[in-house]
Amino acid sequence: MNLMFSSGPSLPNRLALALVLSVSLIIFDHKFDGFGTTRVYLNSLVSPLQYLANLPGQLLNASASRFVSHERLFNDNAKLIHDAMLMNGQLQRLTFLREENDRLRSLLNSPVQDNTRKVVAELMAVDNNPYSHQIVINKGAINGVFEGQPVLDDKGIVGQIMQVSSTNSRVLLIADVTHAIPVRVARNNVRLIVSGSGSLDEVLIQHVAHSSDLKVGDLLLSSGLGNVYPEGYPVATITSIIRDESRPFSQIKAKPVAQLDRLKYLLLLWSERSPEEELTDEVTVK
Amino acid sequence: MSIRHYAIALSIVIALVLQIMPMPAMADLYRPDWVLLVLSYWALALPNRVNVGVAFFTGLILDILLGTSMGVHSFAMCLCIYVLAANYKRLRNYSVWQQSIIIGIMASLYNLVIFWLQHLITDIYFLFDYLWPVASSMVIWPWLFWLLRKIRRQLRLH
Repeated sequence: MNLMFSSGPSLPNRLALALVLSVSLIIFDHKFDGFGTTRVYLNSLVSPLQYLANLPGQLLNASASRFVSHERLFNDNAKLIHDAMLMNGQLQRLTFLREENDRLRSLLNSPVQDNTRKVVAELMAVDNNPYSHQIVINKGAINGVFEGQPVLDDKGIVGQIMQVSSTNSRVLLIADVTHAIPVRVARNNVRLIVSGSGSLDEVLIQHVAHSSDLKVGDLLLSSGLGNVYPEGYPVATITSIIRDESRPFSQIKAKPVAQLDRLKYLLLLWSERSPEEELTDEVTVK
Repeated sequence: MSIRHYAIALSIVIALVLQIMPMPAMADLYRPDWVLLVLSYWALALPNRVNVGVAFFTGLILDILLGTSMGVHSFAMCLCIYVLAANYKRLRNYSVWQQSIIIGIMASLYNLVIFWLQHLITDIYFLFDYLWPVASSMVIWPWLFWLLRKIRRQLRLH
């Protein structure tokens, strides 16, 4: 029979030690941001666990794609060719418009808009931590991902890179309570700040005067202020406005344009002024 | 050299994987606290091998995996495992259903402590949805208890 705690400190002492350690870690991490670089290594260290957790889903996906019928593939292919045709048609127009826009901007002496590089990333894991909305994607420092990088899906802005490890990185979604993004209304360029609410299908717009010209259904685009997100990508649409005069500000709710609850493929953006530009000279689009 | 030496570590790793495994948003709400459950079992069955120290390090790994501030999960985990390890003789004699209630209390403590710590750090507010894991942990406990006891007896861990 082993005697319990035959060596080392007694159980209450261990608890006290562990709690003191935990509290000092929390303070060290949160107040002083002491794990800035160590976190990269720690994340890389535990990434095998994340790959392991992701495996069943991937196996299911793989077996599902193995049993796709010939007919469905045929239909998908026809649809994709059709879509590509339409897109290419629009693209021809886009290059023309972009050149014209650049010319006009240079006439106005305003800076010509940067080209952005894009890389497609895949969702690896969703955090089940109910207090924060973060996801893990399968691109990391070796792909040139950097902290604060904007992340999009095919509809709009998803969030920004929060932590980078060597082969994957963690994205903070715009619906997280700690996140805020500067936007402007597409209709009339009113500037606002959209902050997360903690629930995936709702964001809040705070500190807006009752008199501001906003309507339900207004599209909010990123304004490019704050230098994290590039200008002009859709963020959210306004869903409700409560103008209660007894409160100092109107209460405005909006719905993110990106489908934050069903993300699969994401786009990472590199603008020209990003520090990693020489690392990724090829645009990888799968 | 044999599975006997790694069985406890292996079970904790599996619990960690289950804890972070991606699930549909609907099911995600009801995900039991796997890591807490597995550590609770070992703290009750073999308190000389699994107690506050193991809980602390597992909590830290959970912090890294979940992207919370370092120390949040380890704090809550240590607290719960301490209560169980300190009272293991009494709790062992309870029927599995009574244990299930104790586990429910521990899971509530765990989730509330994590909530409070997070509340101090960021300004989140409380939703009752955050307590669904307590219910699912209570439901899972008897089956997990049975499974882990079977493993423990098979491998004659002590």
